[in-house]
Amino acid sequence: MSTTTPRRNRPKQAAKAPKPATTATAHTASGRHSQRWLAWIFLAPTILGMGLFTLVPIAASVVLAFFRWDIISAPTFVGFDNFAEVVQDPTVRVSFLNTIAFVVVAVALQLGLALALAVMVQEKMPAWLRTFFRSAFFFPLILSAASVSIFMRYLFNEQFGVVNWFLSLAGIPAVPWLTTPGGSAAVVILVYVWQNFGFSFLLFIGGLASIPVETYEAASLDGATGWRKHIYVTLPLLSPTTLLASVMAIISALQVFDQPYVLTRGGPGDSTRTAVMVIFESAFQRLEFGEASAIGVILTLIIMAITAAQFRLSKRFVFYQ
Amino acid sequence: MTTTTERVSTRTPAVPARSRRKPNWNLVLRIVLLMIAAVLTLGPVMWTLSTSLRSPAESFKLPPSFFPWNPDFTSYAQVFRQLDIVLLVLNSALVTGLIAAGQMVTAAMAGYAFANLKFRGRGALFSVVLATMMVPVQVTIVPVFMLIRGMGLSDTLLALILPAIPTAFGTFLMRQYFMGLPTDLAEAASIDGASPWRTFRSVYAPLAVPGMAIVGILAFNFHWNEFFRPLIMTISEQNFTLPLGLVSLQGNLGTGSISVVLAGVVLSMIPALVVFIFGQRALQDGLTAGSGK
Repeated sequence: MSTTTPRRNRPKQAAKAPKPATTATAHTASGRHSQRWLAWIFLAPTILGMGLFTLVPIAASVVLAFFRWDIISAPTFVGFDNFAEVVQDPTVRVSFLNTIAFVVVAVALQLGLALALAVMVQEKMPAWLRTFFRSAFFFPLILSAASVSIFMRYLFNEQFGVVNWFLSLAGIPAVPWLTTPGGSAAVVILVYVWQNFGFSFLLFIGGLASIPVETYEAASLDGATGWRKHIYVTLPLLSPTTLLASVMAIISALQVFDQPYVLTRGGPGDSTRTAVMVIFESAFQRLEFGEASAIGVILTLIIMAITAAQFRLSKRFVFYQ
Repeated sequence: MTTTTERVSTRTPAVPARSRRKPNWNLVLRIVLLMIAAVLTLGPVMWTLSTSLRSPAESFKLPPSFFPWNPDFTSYAQVFRQLDIVLLVLNSALVTGLIAAGQMVTAAMAGYAFANLKFRGRGALFSVVLATMMVPVQVTIVPVFMLIRGMGLSDTLLALILPAIPTAFGTFLMRQYFMGLPTDLAEAASIDGASPWRTFRSVYAPLAVPGMAIVGILAFNFHWNEFFRPLIMTISEQNFTLPLGLVSLQGNLGTGSISVVLAGVVLSMIPALVVFIFGQRALQDGLTAGSGK
């Protein structure tokens, strides 16, 4: 693209070339003005839209967190009561702990799997096979988490599920996947990772492709082979990608909702209830909008702290070329 | 890779030439492992397809089948009877299409401004845009819900469309995309006396089409499958989108006729599948372009 189009434009430029050169220099002075105007016009829809639908709501959320409001009667200021209630509420507390445990396990699985598969795919192999694997791992990403959870719920059914049928072939007795706390947590994690590892996989593929071949050639000249090559060349050079992939994976895992909502509705008990499910339930089922906002504010602060910590860490560990 | 083997062979001439032609165990092992991963990835989808093509009475039969040997379409006929699937598809298509179009245009403009135009506060403003990516939708949903109510749009499709158009990730992608284009294009254009608008219009906008397509495909894929916002923003069934309709179908039917629910699931996958077939390359390129600085 970028090589053909300049060629197409060249005749136009040539046709304009005879224009006096003085206008060009004059232009750069006024050009800054018109650039600024154009910039603001171009930014207006995005900035106004974000202001209206993201920034103002964030501010409103923070304010609302200090009020008690059921949408029907007038809101009353309650100070930190919502936060105090939320912190003491066992359901909320369990949900946050569930979410954190979920993020740790799911993200570790997702990144580990994605990295291993990306390294294996990116090494020498027939092109059609590589294309097949890339498409296969990417495929779950195009499905809706709700649909996936619908069919996974059948697959993990205790009596009729395909998963238990395969396990029975190996002599393993039926696992009560969706009716026990441990089992349903495992299902939510597996279903989530199944659907999302492809995204990290793609990021790693991109990162691997950007490592110059000469680096590997130099490494093998120095005698590095097989796994050593990956540990000493791939991992350090891939670290910017790893950082990006982990930030994105953590942020999206912290917001998990669709899978536990469709698979387990948070149960049994509160075993698979997540932070976002609690926001949803307190706002739209119990009409406690202030409390929901307080939980939302806490979740946002956690997300921001994790992201900030990650970027701080990256300055120490990430190796930029 | 090839250079390595050659180098080894020249260093150790004692090794006969034929032994180098032995099967590449590394490759075999990798393919076996990757195949296992691919089967685990595609298996559930194959099972879904094949079960949707069984008759409702046989849908729970074990051993499972992963290929629809004797396709039976009664479940598909039933899903049309039990669910207004045409309306769901139309709603989903309208919502997704308008969001995608809106995102493509606004992200291209904003991305271009951040990449190629100089103005005060550019870096700070871009940081703000990026920072909004950190804020989960679920956190702003309560105020957005109120706002939509205040605008008189509650329980309409516009309630789903409007808030989704401004896109931080799309803007980020388009900025990366424009930054990847050679800057001498702009220099050449401005030496030729083109205004910033002309430079955008005749030099960069045509080049931006592949990038915009990526933003559009990403938006389509995300919002076609979206569940959380429709769950909150729509109340009446006539405004439901596909994922919402399917989840309520599963809820209504219990476990009796899974093949009917799965038929609905398969139908809902078709547009995503079309995007996958025709837009996969663009989608993958976009994701990697967004990351591979």
